[in-house]
Amino acid sequence: MAEQRPKTLFDKIWDAHVVETLPDGTALLYIDLHLTHEVTTPQAYDGLRAAGRKVRRPDLTLAVVDHNIATDSSRRTGIVDPESRLQVETLERNVAEFGVPYIPLLDDRQGIVHVIGPELGRSLPGMTIVCGDSHTSTHGAMGALAFGIGTSEVEHVLATQTLLQKPARNMQVLVEGDLAFGCTGKDITLAVIGRIGTAGGTGHVIEYMGDAIRRLDMAGRMTVCNMAIEAGARAGMVAPDETTFDYIRRTPNGPKGEAFEAALRWWRSLPTDAGARFDKVVKLDAHAIAPQVTWGTNPEAVLPITGLVPDPADEPDEAKRAQMERMVQYMGLTPGQRLTDLKVDVVFIGSCTNSRIEDIRAAAAIARGRRVADGVRAMVVPGSGLVKAEAECEGLDRILKEAGFEWREAGCSMCLGMNPDKLTPGQRCASTSNRNFEGRQGPGGRTHLLSPAMAAAAAVAGHLADVRDFQPTGGV
Amino acid sequence: MQAFTSLTGIAAPLPKANVDTDQIIPARFLKSISRAGFGKHLFANFRFKDGGSENPEFILNQEPYRRAEILIAFENFGCGSSREHAPWALMDFGIRCVIAPDFADIFHNNCFKNGLLPVRLPRAVCEQLMEDARLGGNARLTVDLERQVVVRPNGEEIPFEVDPLRRHLLLNGLDDIGQTLQHATAIDSYEARQRASQPWLNGSL
Repeated sequence: MAEQRPKTLFDKIWDAHVVETLPDGTALLYIDLHLTHEVTTPQAYDGLRAAGRKVRRPDLTLAVVDHNIATDSSRRTGIVDPESRLQVETLERNVAEFGVPYIPLLDDRQGIVHVIGPELGRSLPGMTIVCGDSHTSTHGAMGALAFGIGTSEVEHVLATQTLLQKPARNMQVLVEGDLAFGCTGKDITLAVIGRIGTAGGTGHVIEYMGDAIRRLDMAGRMTVCNMAIEAGARAGMVAPDETTFDYIRRTPNGPKGEAFEAALRWWRSLPTDAGARFDKVVKLDAHAIAPQVTWGTNPEAVLPITGLVPDPADEPDEAKRAQMERMVQYMGLTPGQRLTDLKVDVVFIGSCTNSRIEDIRAAAAIARGRRVADGVRAMVVPGSGLVKAEAECEGLDRILKEAGFEWREAGCSMCLGMNPDKLTPGQRCASTSNRNFEGRQGPGGRTHLLSPAMAAAAAVAGHLADVRDFQPTGGV
Repeated sequence: MQAFTSLTGIAAPLPKANVDTDQIIPARFLKSISRAGFGKHLFANFRFKDGGSENPEFILNQEPYRRAEILIAFENFGCGSSREHAPWALMDFGIRCVIAPDFADIFHNNCFKNGLLPVRLPRAVCEQLMEDARLGGNARLTVDLERQVVVRPNGEEIPFEVDPLRRHLLLNGLDDIGQTLQHATAIDSYEARQRASQPWLNGSL
C-alpha cells in the first residue's frame, strides 16, 4: 500500500503540507513560517497593494533588517546611504501597514534572518520555512523543509501562505566517521560541494546523514545546510534528534510545557524511515576531510589547505580550462603555488554561514594570546544581537579585541558587498561566508572561503594557514 | 505578467557555465524598491570597466547584440542568490528568453513569474545555437512556446520541454496568486486542521 511506503524526512514534511494537488502534479504547499528582510520584499508589498490584497497570516511572518545596514556604531545615528535608508524605511512602512511582526535595527534581537529564526525558537522541526533569500536552506538543520524563493513567490506567500511547488527528488549525503582535528561543519559542507559540484544537488533536497553529522552541534549543522544551495540543492536537512530538542528548549520563543511535549511527539516521528529510497546517494569519509579552503570563484573550486593552486593546462575540457584560467587570473594566483603562501589583506568572520556563538568561540580560541598580523584587517561580526551579548558575557569580545580583531554589530556585513563593509579591488579575503563569486564581497575582491578557526589562523599568520598548526593556547 | 508566446530575435552567445546571479546583477544594485530600471546594471562587472566606461569585449556591448532578446549560455545558469532582480535585469535589458543546458532552481522559478522563458537544451545544441548566434543580425532565432520549438536560421526546428502548468500561465500572462486564491477554501480547512493538531505553530515573538 502506498501509505506504508518508507518515507524520507523530506517526504514526511512535504506530505504533511500539501493543501491540494493540482491535476499536473503541482502541489499547493502550506508554509508555516515566512521570514522576510528588506532587500527582497518591497516589490512584493507593492504587488499586494496594487491588487488590494492583505497579508494572510502576519503571525506566521517575521521581518528583520540585515543586508543593508552598517555594522559599526554609525547605525545608531541612522543609515548614511540614501538608497539603503529608503529600503529599510520602506520595510518599516510596509510591516506597519500590513501588521507584520518586525525586529527593528536597534532591537537587541536584531540579526541575520537565518541566525535569528532558529535562535528565537521560531524555526522548528517539521516546518515548511521560506524566505526571499537562498540561504534559507540553513533552517533545514532544525529538521525543517526550508528554501529560498524569489520576490514574486514572497508576494504569493504573503497573500496566500502557500506556494505552488513540484516535489523535489531525495538525495542522501552520508558522512561517516570521526571528523579529524581542526575540521568543522564548514569543512564538511565545502568538501561535499567539492565532490558533487555547484549543480550536484539541482532538483534535489539533500538530507545530511551519518554519525559525523549527528555529532555536530546545531551551529555546525546550520553551517552544513546553509551551503546546500551552493551545491545547487533546493534545500538541505538534518533529522531532528536530542541535540535539536535541547537547543529548542533553550530558545526564548520555542514551544514550552505541554505544547513542547505535544510537538516532541511529532518531531520524533520525522526522521527518515529505514528502507526509504533516495534518488541519489553520496558518501564521504569524515576522517579523510582536511581543513578546506576555496581557491577559485565558485565554491566547487575548493582544496585542502595543504593543496597547491591547480594548473588549468592540466584540464582536458576546453570550456572548463577557460573557466579555470579566468579563476586563476581573477584571483591573482600562480599555478602550483602553495595555498598557505597566499597573503591576506582582510579576514571576515561572520555571515549566516558562520556567525553563531560556537563560531565566535572557535575564532577566539585561536586568537587568544596571539596578534593579528601587521597589515591585516580582521573583523568579527556576530550573527545577532543575542550572539553578541552572549559572546560579551563570555569575554570573547575582549580576547578578540586584544588580539587586534574588530568586534562589530550584527548584520550580513562583508558577505555580499551591499553595505559599507566591502573589499576594494584586488584585496584578498579569508572569509567564513558562503560565496566566493567574482565581486561578491565588492568589485574586484578575492574571496577564500574557510571555517572560523581557519579564518582566525589566517588573520594571525597574515596568510592562509593550516589551523592544525595553531593549537589553542588555553580554554576560553 | 507579460505573456510569452513566440519570439524572433537576435541571440547573444555567452559561452560560460555557472553564470551566477551576482554576475547577472551585483548586490550593490539591489537597493531599488521598484522592479524597473535594473537593465542598466545587467552584468555590470563585465559590461563596464572600473571607471564606468563600456568594456567593448563584452558581448552585450557589441552590435547587433546590444539588441539581443535571447541569451545562450552553458550549465547551471542563474546559480547563487535567489534575487529576482536577475530576471528583472535581463527583462529590462530586453532579453525575454535564456537557453542553457540547465538552470539553477530558484532562478528557473523566478523566470516564469516574470514572462522570461528559460529553455533547457543539451549542451551540444546550445553550442550549435551559439554558432548561429555568432552570425549576428542576419541570423535570428525563433523561440515558439506555443509549439515548443526553437527555430534555427536554417529553418531546422529543435523541440524543447516546458512544464505544462507554467507554459499555460506564461502563454496567457496569468498571475498565479489569482489562481491560488481560487483554492482559498482548501487553505482555510488546512489551517483549521493544523491549528488543532499543531497548536505550537501559531507564532509569537
